[in-house]
Order: sequence, then structure tokens, then C-alpha cells
Amino acid sequence: MAPIGTLHYLVVAAALFILGVIGVLTRRNVVIILMSIELILNAVNLNLVAFSRLWGLHGQVFAIFVITDAAAEAAVGLGILIAFFRNKETVNVDEIDLLKW
Amino acid sequence: MLDYITSYLSSNTTPGQAGNVFWATVYILVVFGGISVAVMAMNWLERKALAHFQIRLGPMRVGPHGLLQPIADAIKLMTKEDIIPAEADKFVFWIAPLIILCASFAVYIVIPFGPTHAITDLNIGILFMLGVSSLSVLGIVMAGWASNSHYPLIGALRSSAQMVSYEVAMGMAVVSAVLMTSLHGLGPYGVGVGTSGTGTLSMIGIVQAQQEQHVWFLFKFFPLGFIAFGIFAIAMVAETNRAPFDLPEAESELTAGFHTEYSGLRWSLFMLGEYAAMIAVSSIAVTLWLGGWYRPFPNTLTGETWDLVFSLFPGLTFLGLAAIAFVGVRRMPKHPYFRVQTIGLAGFGAVLGLIGLILFVPPVRNRIQDIFWFVAKVAGFMYLYIWYRATFPRYRFDQLMKVGWKVLLPIGIGVLILTAILGVVL
Amino acid sequence: MQQAVQPGMQPVATTFFFYLLSGLTLLSGVFVIVRKNPVHSALALIFGLLAQAGLYLMLYAPFVAGVQIILYAGGIMVLFLFVIMLVNLERSQREEQFNKQWLVGLLAAIALGGLFIVVYVKGKNLFPYRIAQPVETNNTQQIGVMLYGQYMFAFEIASLLLLVAIIGAVVMAKKRI
Repeated sequence: MAPIGTLHYLVVAAALFILGVIGVLTRRNVVIILMSIELILNAVNLNLVAFSRLWGLHGQVFAIFVITDAAAEAAVGLGILIAFFRNKETVNVDEIDLLKW
Repeated sequence: MLDYITSYLSSNTTPGQAGNVFWATVYILVVFGGISVAVMAMNWLERKALAHFQIRLGPMRVGPHGLLQPIADAIKLMTKEDIIPAEADKFVFWIAPLIILCASFAVYIVIPFGPTHAITDLNIGILFMLGVSSLSVLGIVMAGWASNSHYPLIGALRSSAQMVSYEVAMGMAVVSAVLMTSLHGLGPYGVGVGTSGTGTLSMIGIVQAQQEQHVWFLFKFFPLGFIAFGIFAIAMVAETNRAPFDLPEAESELTAGFHTEYSGLRWSLFMLGEYAAMIAVSSIAVTLWLGGWYRPFPNTLTGETWDLVFSLFPGLTFLGLAAIAFVGVRRMPKHPYFRVQTIGLAGFGAVLGLIGLILFVPPVRNRIQDIFWFVAKVAGFMYLYIWYRATFPRYRFDQLMKVGWKVLLPIGIGVLILTAILGVVL
Repeated sequence: MQQAVQPGMQPVATTFFFYLLSGLTLLSGVFVIVRKNPVHSALALIFGLLAQAGLYLMLYAPFVAGVQIILYAGGIMVLFLFVIMLVNLERSQREEQFNKQWLVGLLAAIALGGLFIVVYVKGKNLFPYRIAQPVETNNTQQIGVMLYGQYMFAFEIASLLLLVAIIGAVVMAKKRI
């Protein structure tokens, strides 16, 4: 087995990213879509930290900022979900179509 | 192979840092066994001390003075019927106490019982401890949700809201203690010209910074260290859901809150996790503010004679406990029914006395110092926990949240800013 | 293909831990997108985040690992669990879980995967195996120096962002009086 190099981590991050994209595109439940977005952000973080081993600590600082942003976005997204859930008692994105034609 | 095992004995780092898997495993098993014994002892002490606070006697029947009560409790809990509520989610119901247990026990990896007596010394020790102890909130939320009934749900929501709020205040207090590791020292109240080293997040590094600066962080920049310690002491009681912040699990309020539907062994896992978390956060407080494993007055009362005097304390403590046991033997009723108990108590006292005598032997005496002082300080905190439970009335939930956010957090931020200013100015 | 030996702590069983941790991460990712019950998905995501913190530790980034455990697993996931408990509908678990365009979504994701494979195969020489092992003893100090020095502006903007997020979430989720 080859020693674990950067490419191994990049492949893991790519696989996580694809799993997150599948979750966002195919699920109906809003909460699970938001969790898939968290998966995508984690894949990006893994990519950044894997590269920071080669090119200095900037990647890790960027990863910390990404985690902070993910927290803010999760809070706002879940706030929107609660606000919408109060109007229409559903958590499926298919049924959130008041403004559609 | 034997080389691998014996080569560690002459090193001066923790097993984790030396990369020695065998000794790390040995340390883990010793710590795990120690915590289990400590939890049982804590259970007994709580019932006896609460009883004596309330002018009654507590368990007296099971062993001499109720010493075997925790064992009887454990057997009872293990043989109770395991009830799962009808519509509960079985997997989440099963895994919730495990998460709390793992989160509480994982903290013990970095607790330093001595300069080399930790399982490992992570460079991010304090960060790791804060993070892992915040994972127990997840277990509580899941326990409440999986029980599929109102009282556990409300109790879980309240408990997790409380824990999350007091974690913020704890974090502020911890940050000011970590800040003190890099500031000047030497001199009264840790002020004045001294080493201005780099700060450190590692637990052993924090205690060694207290040693280098010749001051416990409790007394540094007086009263700032004291206030930070006070904030942490209050927040840690709220963090572990203990009185007076135990609204989520009090019997008269919510019929036991988030662990209502748990019976038998599962409930005992919750209690184990709670006591283990109590011991863990007390260890953090001792490490950060009370000088960790150093004997009292390590820098003012120095010298050979004082070292000798303080090194006699472990043996004297155990001999004192043996003396208390023998006094109890003398006061036992002289009736044939009590013969077994009397013999048992006398045997227990003899074992304690023997341990005390062994601790007087110089080689053992020198090695046991660090661990003894650390454990003694943590035991003091445990007694404080029981004292709080016996003395203070319960906080109402909105009062609880008000104290957490509107009182402790601003004081914590103020202490942090003042510490930073004083550290730069002085 | 040589790995520089770190003075002090030797990494132990790197290959085994890498495959274990990345396998756990990917497996929990699969469980997140597959399970009907959102609480199970949240649990799986928590395990994935903790496994990823382990991967960060293997990459000599202890501070990021600590931040991941505290913020992501201990903060964001608690938020998710709260909201799941608030909006949990039993009937939504008995309905259809995947939407009508699941096939198109899957094909798009596979196409993305193909793109990744092409990029990584063609650019394999850009990612060297020989890794310069950074020293991890003062990782926190160096990150602190960078955060408060070079990235000070971004740091302040991030705190402002969190303030805006708090205000937004409170305004949106509070009851109408």
C-alpha cells in the first residue's frame, strides 16, 4: 500500500462532496437537505486542511472561517424552516410552492 | 518486547507522548477502574453526607454504616426489568446513555494526575476537554426525544438549553486562565517582572506555568483569578445538572426529567455519566486554578523540612480514616446480630491503616505525592457538590437562564478583558 | 515516496487509521442521505463529523480538529436536533422520501464524480507524496498569530456575520405577538 499522501485525502473529500450533492438534489425533507449542505462544507474543509499541510497554515485558517460561516448559515436556514413550518405544516420542499405558477 | 515495556519506566513524559501503547493502555485501565470506584464511593458519600446534613443517619443496614450500599444498588439496578416505551425509537433510546458515557469518560485522557501521570498530553488539552464535554448535550437531547413522552422531552430541552448556556460562561473563565499562562509572574499575587513565556493549552503546561510563576492562578492578579474561578465553579455545577441547577432532573418538578423512562441498568449508566462528568469538570477546575498536583504552598513554604511535613500527609490521611473506622467499631452495638458488621468494619479499618502505613515508606511516599494532592483537591470539590445539594434551594428555569447569560457571561468577559489589560500593563 | 520522520511523537499505524476514519466518514455520509428518520441522519452526521476531526488530527491540524468538535459536533448539531424535535412530523417519515427528479440528480452527481476522477488522474503529479510534516506543538500559536495579524479583517467580519445571523434567526423564529 502506498503511504498516505495528499491525494488520498482529496479523494475522500471528493466522495463526501458527491454524497452531499446527491443529498441536496434528491431528498424532499428540508432538514436533511440542510445536513447534506453541511456535508458539502465539510468536504471543502477537508480539502483545505489537506492542502494546508503542503502550503502553510492559510488553509487551516480558512477552514476555521468556513466552520464559522457554516454555523451562521445553519442557524439562519433553520430559522427560515421554523418560520415556514408555522405557516404550512410541512417539511417537504416539494410542497413549498406558494409562488410557483 | 520486555524492552518496550521497561524502556518507558525511565522516561519523563506521558505514555501518549512517548508513543508507548502498552503503558497508555495500562494507564487507561487504571483510570477507568479508579473512576468506577470513585463513582461508587461518591454515591455512598452523597447519601451519608446528605443524611447527616438533614440530621438523620442514612443507609446503615447494608454494610457497616452502609458501606456496601452502592454494591447493593448496583445489583438491584442490574437485575431490574428493562422497559422501553412503546413507540420509542429503539436505536436512539439505546445509544443515548452511551453517548453521555463516552463523552464524560473521554475527558479523562488529558487529566494530569502528575507531571508524567496523564494518559497523554495533547497540545490542545483544554480545547479538547471543553469540546468533548459539550458532546454530552447531544446524549441528553436524544434521550429526551427517544422516550416519546412529554416529561422527558421538556426535561431534555431545558437541560440542554441550560448546559449550552453555561458552557459559554465556562469558556470565558477557561480563556482567562489560559491567558494567565503567558503573562508575567513572580511576586505577590503573580504580578511583576518574570518570565513571559508563550501561553499553552496543554493541561500539564498550565500547571507547570503555575509552578514557574510561583502562584496559583486562583491568586493571580487578585481578585481576577478568584472571580474567574468563581465563574467556573458555578458554571460547572450548572453544566453537570446538579443542585441548585437541577431543575431538569428534579423529582418534584419533572418526575426525573430526561431519564424518566429509563430503568435499571440504563439509568445507572446515566448516573455513572453524571458523576464522571462531575469529577472531570472538578479536575479541570483544580488543574486550571488550584495548582494541579502541587502540594499546598509550593513556593512560599519551601525547603527540605516542609517537603517532609507535606509528604507525610497521605499516610496521615489514611491513618485518620482508619481511626474513624475504629471509633465506629467501638460504638457498634454489642449484640450478636451486629457481629458480622463489626468484624467487617474492623477489617476495613485495618486495610485503611495498612495502606496508611505503606504510604509512610519513603519510596512510595515520594511517588504518591502528586496523585494524592490532586485527588485530595478533587475530593474537596466533590464534598462541595454534596454540600450545595444539601443547602441551596433550586433555581427556577428562567432564573437559571438569567444567571447564565446576564450575570456570569458579562462578568466573564470583564474578567477576560481586565486580565489581558493587567497582563500587558503590569 | 518517503515520509519525513517527526522528532518526538511518531505517528502510529497511519494507514489503518486513515482507512478506518475515512471509511467511517463516508459511511456516515451515506447514512445521512439515506435514512428516513431525520434524527438518525443527524446521529450519522455527528459520527461523521467526529471521524473527520480524527482526519484533521492525522493532518497535523489539532486546532481545527478541536474547533470542529466544539462548534460543529457540539454546537451546530445540537441546533439541528432541537429543530428536528420541533418540526418532527410522523407522517413525513411515511411519505415518499426522494423527490421526482432523483434520477436526474443522481446522474448529475455521477457526472461531477467523473469530472473529479478526470482531474485527479490527470493531475496526479501535482499532489506529491512526500509531505513536509509541519511541527504541531505550536500550531495553535501560529494560527493565533495569523488570525490576529494577517486575517484580522476577516476575523472581525466573521464576528459581525455571527451577530447578523443571531439577530436574523431570533427575528424569524420568534412568535408573532
